[in-house]
Amino acid sequence: MNRKVFIGFVKKEFFHIFRDRRSMIILFGMPLVQILLFGFAITNEINNVSIAVLDKSKDVETQKIIHKIAASPYFEIEKVLHAESEIEPIFKSGKVKAVLIFESNFNKKIQTTSLAKVQVITDATEPNTANTITAYVNAILQNYSKEINHNAHSKYDIAIESQWRYNPELKSVYTFVPGVMTVILMLVSAMMTSISIAREKELGTMEILLVSPLKPILVILGKVFPYIFLSIINAIIIVGLGFFVFKMPINGSLFLLTLESILFIITALALGILISTISNSQQTAMMISLMGLMLPVIILSGFIFPISSMPLPMQIISNIIPAKWFISIVKAIMLKGVGIQFIWKETLILLFMTMIFMLLSMKKYKIRLE
Amino acid sequence: MPQNTMIKVENLTKTFGNFTAVKGISFDVKKGEIFGFLGANGAGKTTAIKMLIGISKPTRGTAVVAGFDVQTDSEKVKRNIGYMSQKFSMYDDLTIRENIVFFGGIYGLSRQEIKQKTEQLVQELELENYIDQLVISLPLGWKQKLAFSVAMLHEPQIVFLDEPTGGVDPITRRQFWEMIYAKAHTGTTIFVTTHYMDEAEYCDRVSIMVDGSIEALDSPKGLKEIYGVNSMNDVFLKLARNIE
Amino acid sequence: MKIILFIIQKEFKQIFRNKAMLPLLFVMPFMQLLILSNAASFEIKNIKIGFVNHDNSQTSYKLISKFQSVSIFSLSENFSTIKDAEASMEQGKVDVIVEIPNHLEKKLLNDNQTSLSVIINAIDGAAAGIENVYVTQVIKDFNQSIKSELVMTSFDSENKPYFNVIAIPSFWYNNTLNYKTYMVPGILVLLVTMLTLFLSGMNIVREKEIGTLEQINVTPIKKHQFIVGKLFPFWVIGLLVLTIGLLIAKIVFSIPILGNVFIIYGFAALYLMVILGIGLFISNFTETQQQSMFISWFFMVVFILMSGLFTPIESMPVWAQRITYINPIRYFVEFTRMVMLKGSDFYEVRIHFMIILAYAILVNFLAIWSYKKVN
Repeated sequence: MNRKVFIGFVKKEFFHIFRDRRSMIILFGMPLVQILLFGFAITNEINNVSIAVLDKSKDVETQKIIHKIAASPYFEIEKVLHAESEIEPIFKSGKVKAVLIFESNFNKKIQTTSLAKVQVITDATEPNTANTITAYVNAILQNYSKEINHNAHSKYDIAIESQWRYNPELKSVYTFVPGVMTVILMLVSAMMTSISIAREKELGTMEILLVSPLKPILVILGKVFPYIFLSIINAIIIVGLGFFVFKMPINGSLFLLTLESILFIITALALGILISTISNSQQTAMMISLMGLMLPVIILSGFIFPISSMPLPMQIISNIIPAKWFISIVKAIMLKGVGIQFIWKETLILLFMTMIFMLLSMKKYKIRLE
Repeated sequence: MPQNTMIKVENLTKTFGNFTAVKGISFDVKKGEIFGFLGANGAGKTTAIKMLIGISKPTRGTAVVAGFDVQTDSEKVKRNIGYMSQKFSMYDDLTIRENIVFFGGIYGLSRQEIKQKTEQLVQELELENYIDQLVISLPLGWKQKLAFSVAMLHEPQIVFLDEPTGGVDPITRRQFWEMIYAKAHTGTTIFVTTHYMDEAEYCDRVSIMVDGSIEALDSPKGLKEIYGVNSMNDVFLKLARNIE
Repeated sequence: MKIILFIIQKEFKQIFRNKAMLPLLFVMPFMQLLILSNAASFEIKNIKIGFVNHDNSQTSYKLISKFQSVSIFSLSENFSTIKDAEASMEQGKVDVIVEIPNHLEKKLLNDNQTSLSVIINAIDGAAAGIENVYVTQVIKDFNQSIKSELVMTSFDSENKPYFNVIAIPSFWYNNTLNYKTYMVPGILVLLVTMLTLFLSGMNIVREKEIGTLEQINVTPIKKHQFIVGKLFPFWVIGLLVLTIGLLIAKIVFSIPILGNVFIIYGFAALYLMVILGIGLFISNFTETQQQSMFISWFFMVVFILMSGLFTPIESMPVWAQRITYINPIRYFVEFTRMVMLKGSDFYEVRIHFMIILAYAILVNFLAIWSYKKVN
């Protein structure tokens, strides 16, 4: 009897969500657009950086170097300056990220002292870009030095053969697909469930459900069930796009990936339920699940910023972000192709978090009923 | 339009796509009259009332309310009417006083006028102890009496009440109708929808809407005579059966 | 004007009465600013390096100790086989493996040249690139040192002077390459934007859902009065949060504010109007708070990730760069960096002002137009 009621209830919830065409377009269309947009657009490689040059000697050597820099994919020479006084304004207007200054008598200095200098001024308000620009200019200059020394025999050199594991072309899409997938699953699941339960509370329909013969836990399960289904479809769409459009390999077991995704979805839903129990209105539920989760998930999960770069306290805090564990699971399965023996720890942590969220919500829920 | 006609509706129609919710209804309402606008759920009452209060544009036909055409002058119509809907429409998270201040304010009353009105209401409804309580903490019957008073703050010529007594106990309903009578006595026109047939007996005239059309319009007494029955309830049932 | 004041009064009352919301508005943003600003850094440190030494020669040990002396490499580990090393990489215990081949020293002395292989975990391509630079640098330095050692011992008259063109870096506006200087203003912009977008996005649709909007629509209130009255409180809250955030930036993180504070507030005032207008526009087109929030969430994620704050805009394909032109956060992030960190004056940011002004007018026009008292 109870099972029949439960199935009927779940059916009602499904109809409720799927009948509303606008919500359906939003729920499936938006993650699709996001993954395509970010997959193609977002990269932390540095390309086509606008720079300016100030050439004080204008000789053969400087012309050659400038030519080389202009020919590289990294830089775009936006402006040629004529005086040092022009540097400050051009930075302030934000038109260029770096200025290269070639000292006077450049060629002569190479010939006589065998040393010539290029000053690389970067706009370090963006430290990462500034650092990378400096490294690239350095590399170009070093290559150039090698060229002009071509007849000098290089002695006692250890050459380096670099091998890139798991991502030989250094594609940044390999980090962004798991990241975007995590952000979408986390927020959709947590946000949608917390809002939909808070909504029932606000409209007073929750009380009606609670006096029905269904146990409270079943009422909640019935409400989240459609979202589990929706999120799984979203996960399939995202992994599919990653594989077919972005050529992201799935080196590990697809079955394991599916199970782990379902686990993560349930973790996020449990968090959503917890949020709904501690909020008194839809508005509060939304502010907690959106304001509270959005930036921590993006910044502390390793999606964009490597966790190893963070100071120790931040690394410790990042451990409470479920998204961090899921991202490392997805990367491990898809790129490293490892099995459960390498990710059991992460899996257990997610399971544990899910249980904690569930227990806390049940406790809160009981207090409220009394 | 004669001086004492407050609402004049001619051939008023509203269609949504293929569906015609209101099918060319016509009627007049006189000044100071209590006009009952009856019909089953889904008969088109709410759609019709929304056109009369200027928040829904008629597809065809005209409606002149308080001397202004709802099609072209809906903002002027709004200045002269009050409205209270079946969905309770005061702010739960504000106190009674704050609701009065807010609604008085957006109808353009001065702070001084609002203060007077508030005092007047406190006396009439004996609110001394409740005026600074949040609306959410009040019983439903109280809320509805208050909502009615708030809808009357700017002293409109006509007040539209959409199922004002839904879900309230008989005693409160009784009190509510006493308030309505009092207002009608001062010359305010009352336009009220209800599905309590006993309430229909309190109206001066009643129209009954079935499937988007007005099927009957007369005083309760007249209607009972025409259909040869003893109560409005029977009038209603007979009408509904005839249509089927 | 008087009518607007009544609406503003009511909105403020409702906001401050909701005790559950207050900490979300006035505590959470600052907690996030304080915590997340410390975490948002691309700086690579503590590279975990592993060695597989097949050579076991003097030179190979020297090379390994050279790596160990560089502080960026932490936790070096020696593996006996490449298989062990790779397994360790799979578990995420090492980032870089240096494999020193058999006879490295011998080849170096006999053939003058040899090579070794470096294996880098490249899942995060950008980090891998930087790790490679560090490894290369160490080996280059090592080459230099053994060269001078060997050259000194074996007299070499043929040795020509080595021509060198070198780069002298200087980092302006942030010479210590402090990530917080860059991230704190950026994260503050994001927080203010999210707060105001979400609040305005759910506000009107909330009244739709609880039924009070209908009551408002039957009053003679003008559309612009209602909208100005609704948005003004959020505008004030946005500026308030921005102010507290700037104080935290200044006092806690010692972020310089070189430019004129009035320019910052002038821009922020216009910017918030853009965001509030977008929120209102979304609110008008949705039926429930849930829908409205999901759409706001969508735009927020797109705006954040395409703002140039976390990843550079120049690297995006041209079509994506064009999309960023409609991203208001992009302009505010650029603007704060220019005015706060570089001290740009009004003339230098005039384009930003014009764009955001035009944007504010357009969005609010659309928002008022799409708000319908009559349907």
